[in-house]
Amino acid sequence: MAGIAKRYGAVAANVEASLEVGRGEIHAICGENGAGKSTLMKILSGGARPDAGTVVVNGRDVTGWGTAEAIAAGVGMVHQHFQLVPTLTVAENLVLGREPTARGRLVLAPALAEIAALCERTGLVIDPVRRVGDLTVGEAQRVEILKALFRGARTLILDEPTAVLSPPEVTDLWRVLRRLRDDGGTIVLITHKLDEVLAAASRVTVMRAGRTVGRLATAGATPADIARAMVGRDVALAARDAGADALATAPPRLVVRDLAVADAAGRRVVDGVSLTVRPGEIVGIAGVEGNGQTELVEAIAGLARVRGGQVTFDGADVTAWPVARRTAAGLAHIPEDRHARGLVLDWSVADNLVLGQQHRFTRAGRLDVRGIAAHAAAQVAAFDIRPGDTSLPARALSGGNQQKVVVARELGGGRDVRVLLAAQPTRGVDVGAIEAIHARLRAARDAGAAVLLVSADLGELLALSTRVLVMYAGRLVHEVEGRVATPEGLGPHMTGAAA
Amino acid sequence: MSDLLFQWLRIAAPYLCAAAGGVLSERAGIIALTLEGYLLAGAFGAALGALATDGPWLGVAAGIGAATAVAALHAAATLRFRADQVVTGVALNLLVDGATTFVLRRVYDSSANSPRVEGFGSGGDLGSPVGWLALLALPALWWLLARTRFGLRVRAVGEAPEAATTAGISVARVRWLAVLGSGALAGLGGAFLALDQHKFSTGMTAGRGFIALAAVIFGRWDPLRTAGACLLFAAAETLQIRLQGTAAIPSQFTEMIPYALTIVALATLAGRAAAPAALGKAES
Repeated sequence: MAGIAKRYGAVAANVEASLEVGRGEIHAICGENGAGKSTLMKILSGGARPDAGTVVVNGRDVTGWGTAEAIAAGVGMVHQHFQLVPTLTVAENLVLGREPTARGRLVLAPALAEIAALCERTGLVIDPVRRVGDLTVGEAQRVEILKALFRGARTLILDEPTAVLSPPEVTDLWRVLRRLRDDGGTIVLITHKLDEVLAAASRVTVMRAGRTVGRLATAGATPADIARAMVGRDVALAARDAGADALATAPPRLVVRDLAVADAAGRRVVDGVSLTVRPGEIVGIAGVEGNGQTELVEAIAGLARVRGGQVTFDGADVTAWPVARRTAAGLAHIPEDRHARGLVLDWSVADNLVLGQQHRFTRAGRLDVRGIAAHAAAQVAAFDIRPGDTSLPARALSGGNQQKVVVARELGGGRDVRVLLAAQPTRGVDVGAIEAIHARLRAARDAGAAVLLVSADLGELLALSTRVLVMYAGRLVHEVEGRVATPEGLGPHMTGAAA
Repeated sequence: MSDLLFQWLRIAAPYLCAAAGGVLSERAGIIALTLEGYLLAGAFGAALGALATDGPWLGVAAGIGAATAVAALHAAATLRFRADQVVTGVALNLLVDGATTFVLRRVYDSSANSPRVEGFGSGGDLGSPVGWLALLALPALWWLLARTRFGLRVRAVGEAPEAATTAGISVARVRWLAVLGSGALAGLGGAFLALDQHKFSTGMTAGRGFIALAAVIFGRWDPLRTAGACLLFAAAETLQIRLQGTAAIPSQFTEMIPYALTIVALATLAGRAAAPAALGKAES
């Protein structure tokens, strides 16, 4: 791909972007959010047409092709948001769009045999008659990869494939990708995680602001080299900083005792969790997603109904308090799903920045429009939210900047934050923004907040946490000091293997 | 006894047809609020067709045609012009109600009833052969959804249209076909109604399309469960008619039975958890 340009309205997603990938190579594409990686991959996989530039695959000029042609030529995309139908079985998902039929009737038997052979060959083991909605995220990703291969893909594009996986699943994924490469397949990997680039890829293309700004071999490169190329300056990568233990003797600020939360079906997804967080402490919760972390955070935030147990802030029992009262008591919450819980996407950045705190910007029931604008301008400057136009809808911002809006609202503007719940605070966020968000979490901690951090990113947990707790099947099964925790030590507890 | 059975099935027939249309449309992601309009258009088309040609089968064909034409309007508005499905559905129901009354007055100079339609004459115990087709509608739809390529695609576009698009399926095309099929099925139900009652009268569907929609929801969008729900609602109506003769309960109360049962059935069903995920959402 050379000289690629693509505009969406006023936004130039790609300018002079280029990419060169050899056959039988695992190639990584790095860049901050909004750097144009996904757009470039959309163009390669036929999902978008470039305004300028050329795309050549296997020596053939295929500029401006569509998805169907790309699939026919063996270029398949594994989307970050799985393109699967949850109510259909694995096999039905794989054949969708090219169903084998006899006079309109579905005939799945030959496809099932073909799928079994494909599973065998690639090591992507999955039962083809299971419903996709019943699969774990890791299994669903296997289906997504199988789908591309089933359609004859020889070149696989994976967009942030590890964002949702546990450490053992990540190891599995690398094994499968290497096997595909050894069979002559070509793999293009979009990722934010620099250690993954070094672990999996042989070469890396770095993008910034829509342009390709570097291409380097991973042999001999360090994470700092790549980060510098991505951001254009030196970046402090998540270094361990467990904070001072000056406050270790202070009484706990957040106490959770025997907390139980049930889901709609009545199963106990949080089952007797007790924990304490002191002021000036970050307590990290590790675990494979879906083990009750979400419900635990929502129960503390006042969003989920509690079955049993107690939550106290500074000794006050808040278990029955509504959200607004908890907020007034100094609770800040960075929710894990910024689209569903964190932002009103169609509202302006300025309005989102006062969401939940609107009473501070109201006079006699009337919104203080000027105050909101001034507040927004100050927060945008303080948190480096880009673009700085606060009248834009939140939808128009990149994921990293959307997340900065949430963090700015929860932590900025002189709020006295006593308890901070940070759930997946840097999910899908680029290195520059990660650096900024981590700094804010540390600042909140240093200002005396009790911080509960839930993250699927072990690196982040280990970098920030004073203590790390492991959650498995709704219970806390392991606790370790942050400074001595390792991924290898936590892994078995996360999968229940150590129990 | 068999009297009671056939009365029950005759009452069920329009529900079964309309609900089959409802399942097909909703599984593809389009809210089936227009079932009422399809039924009414089907009844009107059937009565006029049968009167004009003296042939009940041509009446049935005209009823299906009329309802399918209304469905085409719905599909064009919601799929081609991306109008809101609920607003379009309500508007079309009102349009059909007004249009049938208007044409009835123009053609037969009556604001209430068409002349008598002979229909299928004796037609056997179910009133007409169409009744047997109605009984087969939902089982046939089950087979269509579970066992055919078109059925798989309907299930895919109603649940995850973006995934279907990436798989190379034209979401709009599948939805068009599903909505047209929905109109045809409900139109068949309307035709049965008119031929069974040997006339068309204004507003004769009396909310049956909405009860059929409730049956779809109560049946959790599954064709066979929906058939069960239709039969249940029809049983309530049969009971209501049988109770009318007995003086013990005022008829105003017995007439409420089917509607009250519908509300109770829906309220006791937890949420809309089984609804197709993309139901009611315009394709982006």
